[in-house]
Amino acid sequence: MSTRPGDNHPRMDRRAAMHTLLAKRDGLLLVTGLGSTTYDAAAVGDNDANFYLWGAMGGAAMIGLGLALARPDRRVLVVTGDGDMLMGLGALATIGVQRPPNLTIAVFDNGRYAETGMQASHTDTAVELTGVARSCGIEAVFDLYHEAALAEFAGLVHSAHETLFARVAIRADEPPRVLPTRDGVFLKTRFRHALGVE
Amino acid sequence: MRSEGATAAADWRDEIFAALKAADIRQVGYVPDAGHARLIELCRADPDIRTVSLTTEEEGIALAAGAWLGGQRCALLMQSSGVGNCINMLSLPKACRFPLTMLVTMRGEWAEFNPWQVAMGSKTQAALELMDVLVYRAEQADDVAETVTAALDIAFNGSLVTAVLLAQRLIGAKQWVK
Repeated sequence: MSTRPGDNHPRMDRRAAMHTLLAKRDGLLLVTGLGSTTYDAAAVGDNDANFYLWGAMGGAAMIGLGLALARPDRRVLVVTGDGDMLMGLGALATIGVQRPPNLTIAVFDNGRYAETGMQASHTDTAVELTGVARSCGIEAVFDLYHEAALAEFAGLVHSAHETLFARVAIRADEPPRVLPTRDGVFLKTRFRHALGVE
Repeated sequence: MRSEGATAAADWRDEIFAALKAADIRQVGYVPDAGHARLIELCRADPDIRTVSLTTEEEGIALAAGAWLGGQRCALLMQSSGVGNCINMLSLPKACRFPLTMLVTMRGEWAEFNPWQVAMGSKTQAALELMDVLVYRAEQADDVAETVTAALDIAFNGSLVTAVLLAQRLIGAKQWVK
């Protein structure tokens, strides 16, 4: 059984990692993938500029792309899990072609499908998402497994002039669920109100 | 009644482009298709439209949702075979009532050479309607502009998903042996 290169690195607590990414919010627009990253964002604190997915698996990065292209004046952060990213891996190719300077994709990678019973995902043994992102043409790619490096990256989210991709190594655990509203129409309308487009 | 000159100049592909512009479409996601080739070129050449080439059609459903969250309108161009790829992702506009218009060039329904296209082509409308997409068909060149405009109006006035199926008879059967 081969293990993925870099697998012996430490891993972060997912809630602490989300806290670090959102510590300085400053108008940041956030899209989260269905499942744990949505709970993580809700645990940090609900915000009108959070768009949580409760479905549409594989779609988080592309929603971020459409949003980033529509709003070049704002910073867009997508935080999703390895399972969601794997389902929409083609999105990295599409984003690699577009590369909006205001878009960051951060993948919380625990190598597991936490929502469905902690089954191993492809990143557990074979797939390196950082390599995929790089091969897709995204040049600013980060493999983060220390809080200090994540904090530095969180600053870059607000100042970078290119699309950023980060794989954030997190532990495979399940902190208590914090569930935001599942009302998609409400989430959409609230988000658009916050941006002044509704 | 249109003048002869206007009739000669008006190509239905150009009329779709004019309809997209009139509806203030600012993002166009597409998976290339021969029937959409001219429209894709027109969109790519327009400085006010951001074109996004997709690896698979469902990416476009999510792209359009993101565009709308940011205050822009997005339309998708695809071939009928791509509609099947969209089914699960159409839960996103359904759950959140995101507006969207999909322009679908039909394969597998008229003088089709490739039988592999028939399976999805014959179920395209049913697949869309299964996900509550409002479906309109344009069979003749004269119908296209009006149909596309109507589909865009309903989608963006009512936060609904609409699709226009551009009939294979309209596009012309693909030439396989050149």
